[in-house]
Amino acid sequence: MTRTVKEKNSSVRTRSLIRLFERLRQFSTDDFFEISSTLFAAIVVVILALTAVVLTRGSIPAFDAYGISFVFGSDWSAVAGREVYGALPYILGTLVTSAIAMGVGVPISLGIAIFLAEMAPGSIRNPLSQLIEILAAVPSVIYGFWGLLVFRFWIVDLIEKPLSRDFGTIAVFQGTPFGLDILTAGLILAIMIIPTVSSISKEVMMAVPSSQREAAYSIGATRWEVVRIGVLNYSRSGIFGAAILGLGRAVGETMAVTMVIGNAIGPAAFPGSLFQSGQTLSSLIANEFGEANPGSLLLSSLIGLGLILFAFALIINVFAQLMVWKVLRVKGRVE
Amino acid sequence: MGSGLRRFQDKLAYGLGALCVGVAIVPLASILFEVVRNGVSALSPQFLTSPPGVFGQAGGGIANAIQGTAILLALASAMAVPFGLLSGVYLAEFGDNKYGRTVRFLNDVLTEFPSIVIGILVYSIIVLAMRGFSTIAGAVALAIIMLPIITRTTEESIKIVPSSIRDAAMALGIRRWRATISVVLSTARSGVITGILLAIARVSGETAPLLLTVLGSQFFFNGLSQPIAALPLTIYRDANLPYAFARQQGWGAALVLILMVLGLNIGVRLATRGRYNSLRSRV
Amino acid sequence: MEDFKIQTQKLNAWFGNNHALKDISLGIRQNQVTAIIGPSGCGKSTLIRCLNRMHELVPGARSSGSVLLDGANIYSRGIDPVTVRRRVGMVFQKANPFPTMSVYDNVAAGLKLNGVRNPDTLDEAVKRSLEQAFLWDEVRDDLDNSGASLSGGQQQRLCIARALAVEPEAILMDEPCSALDPIATAKIEQLITNLKEKYTVVIVTHNMQQAARVSDVTAFLYLGQLIEYGGTTSLFENPKEELTERYLTGKFG
Repeated sequence: MTRTVKEKNSSVRTRSLIRLFERLRQFSTDDFFEISSTLFAAIVVVILALTAVVLTRGSIPAFDAYGISFVFGSDWSAVAGREVYGALPYILGTLVTSAIAMGVGVPISLGIAIFLAEMAPGSIRNPLSQLIEILAAVPSVIYGFWGLLVFRFWIVDLIEKPLSRDFGTIAVFQGTPFGLDILTAGLILAIMIIPTVSSISKEVMMAVPSSQREAAYSIGATRWEVVRIGVLNYSRSGIFGAAILGLGRAVGETMAVTMVIGNAIGPAAFPGSLFQSGQTLSSLIANEFGEANPGSLLLSSLIGLGLILFAFALIINVFAQLMVWKVLRVKGRVE
Repeated sequence: MGSGLRRFQDKLAYGLGALCVGVAIVPLASILFEVVRNGVSALSPQFLTSPPGVFGQAGGGIANAIQGTAILLALASAMAVPFGLLSGVYLAEFGDNKYGRTVRFLNDVLTEFPSIVIGILVYSIIVLAMRGFSTIAGAVALAIIMLPIITRTTEESIKIVPSSIRDAAMALGIRRWRATISVVLSTARSGVITGILLAIARVSGETAPLLLTVLGSQFFFNGLSQPIAALPLTIYRDANLPYAFARQQGWGAALVLILMVLGLNIGVRLATRGRYNSLRSRV
Repeated sequence: MEDFKIQTQKLNAWFGNNHALKDISLGIRQNQVTAIIGPSGCGKSTLIRCLNRMHELVPGARSSGSVLLDGANIYSRGIDPVTVRRRVGMVFQKANPFPTMSVYDNVAAGLKLNGVRNPDTLDEAVKRSLEQAFLWDEVRDDLDNSGASLSGGQQQRLCIARALAVEPEAILMDEPCSALDPIATAKIEQLITNLKEKYTVVIVTHNMQQAARVSDVTAFLYLGQLIEYGGTTSLFENPKEELTERYLTGKFG
């Protein structure tokens, strides 16, 4: 009796084991391959999620201490007992330098893209494109070094001194032309976004079907008119996306800006004049992070600046990628 | 609008376009010219082979920074390449679904992300946990920046492998994963290697995340848990020092860095142009 | 010399090393529909693209010989191709309206390029062109909709209206119906027959019945050479060349 029960039990066990083995056997190396590569691909999601969590958690002490005035305050002092941190001047500094970069860089980039995609003789298109792309390869710390020792003096001599002499009474041109200021930072950013904006715009334009160009040609358009009504109209959303992608670069750029913006702190960092030292979110993080002790409010505040920067970058990039994606992803864009 | 005016507009547009190209090339030319001119006078065998001298005094070199950059890049590649390759394989092979599209999208977003934010991330999870700036933290930060680039280029290069090659492999009765790894990846090899080299070129000049993770050092590599020197950090620190010799050293370091970065970039471009052509003609 | 509207003389065209047209000489009369037929790849599209200097827009393309428009060579030095294309309009195989422009702006685009700004003139020209293209009744209430929102056949008629708006002297049509269903095709064929009262029409088609239905004169091209050229009825009923006969009877092509 007991024996048969045991036997029955064991046979049940054996059968379920066999079934398990069967399933494992069917679970082929291909499944393993698919599952493991799926898991590896998840790392991007993990990194972005982790960044959001870490930045939020890290900045909680700062938000606890100052509430909303952490975002809208303008004082920055690490004096023990009277510590106060407000991000507003640096948010504005980031916005103003990026706006200068866009205002100057985007039209130039568009000109380059139009020239290289639609106008230049075939033999020089490729070499010139490659040359422009080298601009993207130059490390930002070298832009900064060059900006500090070379470019800055061009700006002082060619732009700031004349403007200051003739229009020095206007608010945005006030201050001593010194070159370590908002204008230089904005213009160096303009140079840095040119390769991104121009090469993506160029790709977007080249993706315009040639039937659009032919349509314009066939009603008697000149080459420029073909670009205007056949190409730019068709590709405007992609070009807009390229510009926004450039904005994302400008907002997040750190080293070059840090080295030429003059690094003002507190209310002095409000970007009132182009010829005045300023500070951006990223440049302040780069400048102060070394001084911040673990657990200090300063560190938490710097992480808070990082959180604000993260939010900016996320919104800008998601938006830009959506715009560019529709146009280029179909074709397969290789960086 | 007369046709004369229209022809003038056309010429004007052409001229403005060419002018824009010129405006972009001037800074590039100036950067290259200044870096080479000032950097060459700093270069010497001693500059390349010795660590910095006593702080604040002339003499010494950037050997520790070159070594540091090499170690950081090697470690970062060791981490980023496997993840990037497999993510890329996933996107190309199985990524035609909602999850795949999400990953692809976030990957694009991460490619464009401010590197200083990555620095804060790694600082918070590694530097704080290890109670100090370290080589390994810097390598992780660089790896995170490399990852989306490698993923993307791997995916793109696998996708241009003609499906007939994969079919041929599968028809031999090879399992899909072996077909992918042995046949497809090896056909896409040059594209994949291009991606890895471009990713290395991109991060070899990264400075902001290193400021937050490895800090920099006056000495040679001293262990994974210790700070380490790096070329971009040397350039940044030299820019902030008020001495002429520091400036000189900065230009020298900039020359070494730019030679490395542009060498990688241009080399890859020249090398792959030929190879992709042969690949194209084979299709 | 008979007064042809368009006349080609020893016209040759190349794409890189590919010699696409060989010594084509033919005359096209005003107020007639001239059809160009032949198997695919015979150079018929290249031929009409040479008639308004669209051929040279393709990278690597070149041509020699001359094309006379009202007796003047459009390939002479000093002739602006933009002017040529304004005088000789073109309609393509696939409808290509400007998708970001409204129906109205699509039609008005050519006039605006030529500096016409007066709203009344534009309104009138748009209405006239759309009427000529048999499209007015269908879109009169939707002139502000995107050109891309129309159906395939409507889009093609919109492109015809766009070409007519600048009041060209001749209209070239490159297989205008190849992407359309039979009903839309019938409309466009009707339209072509109407157009010849005012314009010179050249149509490329791979559809022999279409050529027989709409054209007065037919040219048969084979491997870049003009094999036979004559009145449509006589060419279809008793072709002089054996190649033509074999093509018409479906022995090849």
